[in-house]
Amino acid sequence: MSTSVAGVDDVTASEPSLRRFLAGLPGVDQVGAEARAATLATRSIKTTAKQQALDTAISMIDLTTLEGQDTPGKVRALSAKAMRPDPTDSSCPSAAAVCVYPDLVSAAASTVAGSGVLVASVATAFPSGRAALDVKLADTRDAIEAGADEIDMVIDRGAFLTGRYSQVHDEIVTIKAACGRPGREPAHLKVILETGELATYDNVRRASWLAMLAGADFIKTSTGKISPAATLPVALVMLEAVRDFRLATGRMVGVKPAGGIRSAKDAIRHLVVVNEVAGPEWLSSRWFRFGASSLLNDLLLQRTRMLTGRYSGPDYVTLD
Amino acid sequence: MFEYAPAPESRSIVDIASSYGLFIGGEFVDTRDGHTFKTISPASEEVLAEVTEAGPADVDAAVAAARRAYDRVWSKTPGRERAKYLYRIARILAERSREFAVLETLDNGKPIRESRDVDVPLASAWFFYYAGWADKLAYAGLGSDPQPVGVAGQIIPWNFPLMMLAWKIAPALAAGNTVVLKPAETTPLTALLFASVCQQAELPPGVVNIVTGAGATGQALVAHPDVDKIAFTGSTEVGKAIARAVAGTDTKVTLELGGKAANVIFDDAPVDQAVEGIVNGIFFNQGHVCCAGSRLLVQESVYDEVLERLKRRMATLRLGDPMDKNTDVGAINSREQLTRIRELSEVGDAEGAQRWSAACELPEHGFWFPPTIFTGVTQAHRIAREEIFGPVLSILTFRTPAEAVEKANNTPYGLSAGVWTEKGSRILWMADRLRAGVVWANTFNRFDPTSPFGGYKESGHGREGGRHGLEAYLR
Amino acid sequence: MSVSDRLDVRKTYKLYIGGAFPRSESGRTYEAFDAKGTFLANVARASRKDARDAVSAARKAFAGWSGATPYNRGQVLYRVAEMLEGRREQFIAEVMAGEGLRRSGAGDVVDRAIDRWVWYAGWADKIAQVHGSANAVAGPYFDFSLPEPTGIVATIAPQESSLFGLVSVLAPVIVTGNTAVVVTSYSRPLPAMTLAEVLATSDVPGGVVNVLTGDSTEVGPWLASHMDVNGIDLAGVSDPDLATALEEAAADNLKRVLRPGLPAWDVADPGIHRMTPFLETKTVWHPIGV
Repeated sequence: MSTSVAGVDDVTASEPSLRRFLAGLPGVDQVGAEARAATLATRSIKTTAKQQALDTAISMIDLTTLEGQDTPGKVRALSAKAMRPDPTDSSCPSAAAVCVYPDLVSAAASTVAGSGVLVASVATAFPSGRAALDVKLADTRDAIEAGADEIDMVIDRGAFLTGRYSQVHDEIVTIKAACGRPGREPAHLKVILETGELATYDNVRRASWLAMLAGADFIKTSTGKISPAATLPVALVMLEAVRDFRLATGRMVGVKPAGGIRSAKDAIRHLVVVNEVAGPEWLSSRWFRFGASSLLNDLLLQRTRMLTGRYSGPDYVTLD
Repeated sequence: MFEYAPAPESRSIVDIASSYGLFIGGEFVDTRDGHTFKTISPASEEVLAEVTEAGPADVDAAVAAARRAYDRVWSKTPGRERAKYLYRIARILAERSREFAVLETLDNGKPIRESRDVDVPLASAWFFYYAGWADKLAYAGLGSDPQPVGVAGQIIPWNFPLMMLAWKIAPALAAGNTVVLKPAETTPLTALLFASVCQQAELPPGVVNIVTGAGATGQALVAHPDVDKIAFTGSTEVGKAIARAVAGTDTKVTLELGGKAANVIFDDAPVDQAVEGIVNGIFFNQGHVCCAGSRLLVQESVYDEVLERLKRRMATLRLGDPMDKNTDVGAINSREQLTRIRELSEVGDAEGAQRWSAACELPEHGFWFPPTIFTGVTQAHRIAREEIFGPVLSILTFRTPAEAVEKANNTPYGLSAGVWTEKGSRILWMADRLRAGVVWANTFNRFDPTSPFGGYKESGHGREGGRHGLEAYLR
Repeated sequence: MSVSDRLDVRKTYKLYIGGAFPRSESGRTYEAFDAKGTFLANVARASRKDARDAVSAARKAFAGWSGATPYNRGQVLYRVAEMLEGRREQFIAEVMAGEGLRRSGAGDVVDRAIDRWVWYAGWADKIAQVHGSANAVAGPYFDFSLPEPTGIVATIAPQESSLFGLVSVLAPVIVTGNTAVVVTSYSRPLPAMTLAEVLATSDVPGGVVNVLTGDSTEVGPWLASHMDVNGIDLAGVSDPDLATALEEAAADNLKRVLRPGLPAWDVADPGIHRMTPFLETKTVWHPIGV
């Protein structure tokens, strides 16, 4: 059950050593993990705590559009929304980033420049990840060159599920190397596990460790194209993993649930799990993000409710 | 830092009368020969109500009412119709669940989250389950035409007042008995509110009678010659006294008594869930649980890691106002119990065990004890042998499965045990050898109306829940 | 009718499939009459394709219904009994009309039907305790057997007893987690459709019970031969030759078959004999070792 890592290099040195390490991670009992998440979901976050949670959640959003019908115009509008989610209230925080396809990074980057809102780009043949490494690399470099601050890559789930852990690991290492930006710190690498395809919490825990061992700055649940996407128990297991990884290595890794979180209530439940499982150090956009689109408007509606004392309606938030 | 603002449940939903009589023959009556006493909220020491301490004449009247109802009505009511009364009660409990949860938390001190999510739903489920048995008794494997015992005297403890009431009354009524129930001295209010449920359900008068009081009232009930059956949940000491008192009579007895359960953690356990299981095992309901996992047995190879994780987890427990929906650990039920917990903990210190408590601020009023663990405990320590009945965990270690079994069984108690390992065959091997009435594997403190619960050895005899739970009330 | 009399708003009777009330895809209806021969309603006459749709709705609902906890199924079915009680007067009127009973007799029938439903609701979380076992095998194994629902059960409901008979054959099928396709009494279909309305407005998921009005001699063979139906109850088949033919057709995928009349449903205590035929027993072996 030990999660101490003698040396990351030793663990990742060979396929057998990597396999041994991942197989030796403590198991996750499904019923117990889900019961714990369900209990935490009953936390009652009210008044001042709710206001704080709503603003924190807004500031953690990677406002996302990943559709075939995306255009520069759509991305510019989304970017404007990320910078000023509530145009009528300057106290409303901005979102953390906008998240788009690589070919739309420049449209996003030119809009958010100087605002503090970052540009994240999916890459590596998102969402399936089914492409040659060269293609994935080119995809990544395109995004970086166009001005992406963060890369959301997908792992090769086929390789993971057939036990080719080294391949998954090495691919992450390679993409991470391609995230370098001359004269600046490298773009942050978020590694999408696509937990809906991994099927078990044991796999979620192993894939989390695999990604962290390979240098992920963030581990992210889902592409949003597969159901189930982010669930509270999955976030719980991933938050346990980053907590344990820090204890073992001293390095902190962020977590990003993405897809399926649409209500303020759901977002606040995630913040509670962050708070009580990983710890309050993770409660900032540096270490926790929501990959979402419609969530932002529900957070804004709730925020208005808290500030005005009455329920608002969809006509009073902007649609982009 | 993410501080949760107070989220108190409103107490306005429940009306507490300033004083209560006894529920006998379907109505509240004044005492004949008893006195009154005050019931307080252990979280604030505020007086909630004045309650009757029933005297022998009151008990006699209650038993007479139960006998009358048994002879004239209930024993002649078909199972099909008894079932419908019990279904009604189950539904009313669910309908009025919030009222019961608030009252339970006020009177008992347990967190509202637990009374809301555990005690009250289970109480309702218990009635629902046994309702279904009332017209199926011939299928329970207890004979083709099983008969009720008659009048049952039932004495319940203060740790799960409403839930214990349901565990007692539901099978008794389903089997065709009438009852006189005595709730615990410190927690009488939900039983008295339950009386109004009986009225709403139009249960025939006298089928359920509720007499409040302390030990003397219980003794009067046990000693009453017209009681056919005694069901008791409480301390082993009192259980033994009851067993002596009924010796040589025809009175049937079931006893659900104390425990000192071992919770055994193997090195291949799912560690995060095991830590949750340890916490749930001992800090659920402030450790006021007869089947609490109060002895933690950890395999030596993972001792350090489990201990570190446990302490980290304990640091996130939220102790305080039981009415706050975010409270995990509430108040100790009484000053008397707090004194006992303190005394035994001091014995632990004196015997050389190391005490550690999560840093938490204790409220000024009321009775409180922080979640506490003792390390360096051996089988010889009193805190490893005696039931503390509080949020205090004694941690021991073992090296092999055989040693774990030996230590787990090395107690006069035998109510429950926990086993944590990812290896299925080892769970069953352990379950085979553990001398305990309930073995939880990779979980702890689970209860269900379909599942028989009860002890080996000095933890009592008889089972509550499931098909087996009917046996106590049939002949 | 005098000018001042108010004219009834009549109900259109349709089928109940997948939680919805469609007309027969065939567009056919037939006339239902009361016991004295007076016209009651035009009733949908289910076709082969309606039966097919009902089976696929039942299949879709099976995973959820069989996977629900027995406690939950018990609660849902008890809720049905509550709703039945609420419609007591309507059922009495329909039973009086269809079965030609006096009011008191019809009231008795309806009460028995509701009580029968309650009896079966209570079995949801008990059948495994009565019909399962821990098996004392001679070896280091933990061995237990548990009942599981067989799947989709097609039921030809009793023809005479249009409510009590229907309840007596339907409830035991679904309480254990099976889903059902019921062909109602042909000449007395109205209580069955009212029961369908009860089911639709209680918490029973759509598709768990599908109700077809019509001729069982027409629809029955399609259900009996359907390879995605796992069991068939021939309670309402009065023609012995048809019963034999249906049983033969059912043999193609070895459906579990209840023959007409057995086990008896019209008894005070029906026992577990109408539940167990549509249960599979699953035995699990697990080693015991350190």
